[in-house]
Amino acid sequence: MKPFLEVKNLTVEFPTEDGTVQATEDVSFSLDLGETLAIVGESGCGKSVSNMAIMGLHNPKRTQISGSAIFNLESGPIDAINTDSETLRKMRGKTMSMIFQDPMSSLHPYYTVGNQIAEAWHLHNEGSRKTGAKRAAEMLDLVGIPDSHKRINDFPHQFSGGMRQRVMIAMAVVNNPKLLIADEPTTALDVTVQSQILTLLKTMQKEFNMAIILITHDLGVVASIADRINVMYAGRLVEQGTVDEIFYKSVHPYTLGLLGSIPRVDQSIDKRLKTIQGQPPSLIELPSGCAFEPRCEFATHVPKGLCKTSRPETTEKSIGHFARCHLSAAEIYEINRFQKADR
Amino acid sequence: MTTPILQVQGLKKHFISTRGIVGRDKSIVKAVDGIDFEVNAGETVGLVGESGCGKTTAGRTIVRLYEPTAGKIFFEGQDISNISKNEMKPLRSQIQMIFQDPYASLNPRQTVGSIISASFVIQKVNPPNGIKIAVQDLLARVGLNPEHINRFPHEFSGGQRQRIGIARALALRPKLIIADEPVSALDVSIQAQVVNLLDDLQDDFGLSYLFIAHDLSVVQHISDRVIVMYLGKIMEIAKTQSLFSSPHHPYTKALLSAVPIPDPEIEKKREHIMLTGDLPSPANPPTGCVFNTRCWKAQDKCRIVAPELLQVGASEVACHFPE
Repeated sequence: MKPFLEVKNLTVEFPTEDGTVQATEDVSFSLDLGETLAIVGESGCGKSVSNMAIMGLHNPKRTQISGSAIFNLESGPIDAINTDSETLRKMRGKTMSMIFQDPMSSLHPYYTVGNQIAEAWHLHNEGSRKTGAKRAAEMLDLVGIPDSHKRINDFPHQFSGGMRQRVMIAMAVVNNPKLLIADEPTTALDVTVQSQILTLLKTMQKEFNMAIILITHDLGVVASIADRINVMYAGRLVEQGTVDEIFYKSVHPYTLGLLGSIPRVDQSIDKRLKTIQGQPPSLIELPSGCAFEPRCEFATHVPKGLCKTSRPETTEKSIGHFARCHLSAAEIYEINRFQKADR
Repeated sequence: MTTPILQVQGLKKHFISTRGIVGRDKSIVKAVDGIDFEVNAGETVGLVGESGCGKTTAGRTIVRLYEPTAGKIFFEGQDISNISKNEMKPLRSQIQMIFQDPYASLNPRQTVGSIISASFVIQKVNPPNGIKIAVQDLLARVGLNPEHINRFPHEFSGGQRQRIGIARALALRPKLIIADEPVSALDVSIQAQVVNLLDDLQDDFGLSYLFIAHDLSVVQHISDRVIVMYLGKIMEIAKTQSLFSSPHHPYTKALLSAVPIPDPEIEKKREHIMLTGDLPSPANPPTGCVFNTRCWKAQDKCRIVAPELLQVGASEVACHFPE
């Protein structure tokens, strides 16, 4: 059976006065219903840009997009990248839906939350205003906002940050979408509220059998919620695998560096944190070799300076576990073991 | 016993907000409501809590960016809570601050050189080899290229800008640095670089830090002792090790269990304590223990009597029913 969503060779470029910004390049992945895929990376790595392209949220006049994002629906496959805007409009909310980082700036301050949730419902359903309001109240109940019948008449500023994010989720799932893209949904929230929202997302996923794409930079959040992980660096997917493969058997130097650089509450290390030297490259005029090469601790182990001259292709290191690196999985394990012993 | 570098006693900072044209409706926001703690020389004390708990206000009041409403602040035994601006000025070279947002805390129209040398000029300090050399030494010390002295802040990345902020704080060789969320605006790989830098500088210059942050894993890594705040009050103070291994206050326990651990196996097995609801408004805090509205152990006593900070095991805890 075909997976629900197949993204193939997605490239997004922004032409600017200084040159073309290659925000994402050759991104391919697939996703099934009921599955959670986390996309991890640092700011500017293209994790949001690629998903906004799937939602069709880029301005076509200022963006060059190529590749495809095929939704295998019951009614037949639709390619969200190459379809017309009318089809996209019908897909948004019903097939795919998105929640954003900052719930305050993504809700309209002049309309009540009930109004905003009902509006999303009316776009895809025939029904009276009364039915819409009833549906909005049901959704608020579902996302755990008490007193829903009164709260639908409140404005966004009357809700706290966590409650606003619940409203956003209610609005996003009101039409039972098949795919929910959550772009840093808990970054603006406190940890105690963050765990409430993550639990809610899991419940909603079970309720509607949704596929979720979770965009985040927090590896802790990823560990608690994701099934599979895509790691991005400088616009490219550098590693793809299951949660266990990425956390315990990573075969890419960047992922290994990221995992080493986060302190953990359950372990005290008196040693210095492991760091990745330097900083991410500019996305204009990326180096012709591997984009991570200048910061990579493993690059010296690759013969003939291959990392500087040739861009590694995505290769399957073990079944379903992909990485862009000139080194084989065995070589990475070996070097990593030596480096650990050194430290 | 030697005098602590910083002592805070019963510190309060209340903000008064008025409504209406003539300001008849006054409400008092008790941002910091009676906190006591100390920072010893060479020590790093972490100050943690959720947004709105008063941790930033506490830091700013200590350096007298805000006037304290009540309470005392002692710097090396000297009471600085009521001294005038002129009297405070020489002390400013010894207490410095690093801010959260490296984009907003550097003047975009000044070069890095003039941003850092401002400290020397204002305090009328003449370094032995001249200001320019001193600034270049500082840049090199925080891991920047000394030749970049004439560049402007926008020419640097976030992590580099935070390094500039650190160089500025270090310029006059302070004894105490109050770091307000110094790494929370940075990406993880850059965050680790800055945390390591702060660690090294502490060893080299014998600095004391008051490290204000909401990220418990970073605080755990860098601090010797940790203070947990909630709604303007201290809930628990303990040595880092004992706070993270055996928290006594229910709030500390809930806070720790909410931090996701980047390890899927452990994360699956962990039990999370789910706190219900949100932080109450500091303008209208609950009576008794401020945490009682979200606490699963709360009883009648908690709603009436505010608990004092008392010794429980190796920690100081403000709770009627500590774990």
